[in-house]
Amino acid sequence: MRISSFRISTSILAAASMLFAASAVAQNTAPIKERQELMESNGDSAKAASAMIKGEQPFDAAKAKQIFNDIHGVAMKFGDYFPEDSKTGNETEAAPAIWEQPEEFEAALTKFQEESATAMEASVEDLESFRQQFGMVAENCKGCHEDFRIDDD
Amino acid sequence: MKRALIAFLTVALVVAGVGWLLTAPSTLDAAILPNPKTGNAERGELVFWAGGCASCHADGDAEEEEKLRLGGGDPIESDFGTFYAPNISPDPDAGIGNWSFTDFANAMKQGVSPDGQHYYPAFPYSSYARILDQDLADLWAFLQTLPAVADAAPDNEIPFPFNIRRGVGVWKFAFLDDASEPIVALPEDAGESAGRGRYLVEALGHCGQCHTPRSFMGAGGMIESKWLAGGPNPDGDGRIPNITSSEAGVGSWSESDLAYYFESGFTPDFDSVGGSMVDVQENLAQLPAADREAIAAYLKAVPPIGAEAE
Repeated sequence: MRISSFRISTSILAAASMLFAASAVAQNTAPIKERQELMESNGDSAKAASAMIKGEQPFDAAKAKQIFNDIHGVAMKFGDYFPEDSKTGNETEAAPAIWEQPEEFEAALTKFQEESATAMEASVEDLESFRQQFGMVAENCKGCHEDFRIDDD
Repeated sequence: MKRALIAFLTVALVVAGVGWLLTAPSTLDAAILPNPKTGNAERGELVFWAGGCASCHADGDAEEEEKLRLGGGDPIESDFGTFYAPNISPDPDAGIGNWSFTDFANAMKQGVSPDGQHYYPAFPYSSYARILDQDLADLWAFLQTLPAVADAAPDNEIPFPFNIRRGVGVWKFAFLDDASEPIVALPEDAGESAGRGRYLVEALGHCGQCHTPRSFMGAGGMIESKWLAGGPNPDGDGRIPNITSSEAGVGSWSESDLAYYFESGFTPDFDSVGGSMVDVQENLAQLPAADREAIAAYLKAVPPIGAEAE
């Protein structure tokens, strides 16, 4: 009796560790890298926007337009890179909530897409209107990072 | 034999009695409190944002005006159970509409409820104990102006043994520090702004509650020798970062980087604020720019603690 339960528990342990090993290698790092690069691109856009808002760079309407184009481009692609097998690896900070609450995540993405489109289509001819539009778009950064990113630094 | 037993029982009784006394909820002498009539609601609003009251006492999804509806917030899921911040709106039944100013002062500074019970330290009275008298009166005045919310917040779901409120008395006895002394002694050349920042961080902002590691596997008090050095997230996954001026902390951030982060939510490399810091940042954005600069000056002046201290 004692021996058989020992055997059962060792085989459970062996199966569990094989499963764990399988799930560890099955993780798909390609989409993780893709989405990390998209976020980097957003970071560059935010940097350029802030330089104008802080007055470190003069306001430039063409540049403003480019910033919103770039951010909207990211918003349209970003959701494509969260397959089920990309939950861990490559230092991803994606929170489990992305897969556990897909409807909320989808809603946050849609809001980001719509508001970045609004900013892209708005007439942004001066710093004040740029500040307003960028402020609206930037709310999406923390809106999503509040629930869907884990900071592990 | 009989004598030994009597001696033992006597000692046990004395120990229990002293323990009982030491863990008793203690309240403030109303005579030393400021006159609540001196409270100014307009100034109190800034105390309210600096103190982050809405982050726990308003709905988690609340935006703008809804943050002033203090019916109790999202559950706080900790290792000790699930806490629900109570309704602190002026509703007389569900909220604190029937409280006196003395009740409020005892809650904020002593962690004791009007019916003489200890509050759990999830309510950061160990920081609020440092609040200035005038700020306490101003905050009280501001809270009176807010809308009454009639829904009572749910009861905490705390398993044994943490559900014994008297046990919080043991925690207070062991871990509450002397609130009349600042936590960090600032260098003499730190300036007035850093002094204001110290008050905002150590008292109202209660930043150390998450950014300082705790003793006893997270159950104890803030370890002051590791002040602001970061630690495990008390309410979820991930880590709370080190915000001392070391390389592991915000050593590479300038004071204006910090102030801009508090205002906009963007880090120097244009990552955005996330997690529970989103609420904190949005509160800080409500403060005068000088206060955000003061917090930045203080953070750059606190002792740098390296990553190994984690």
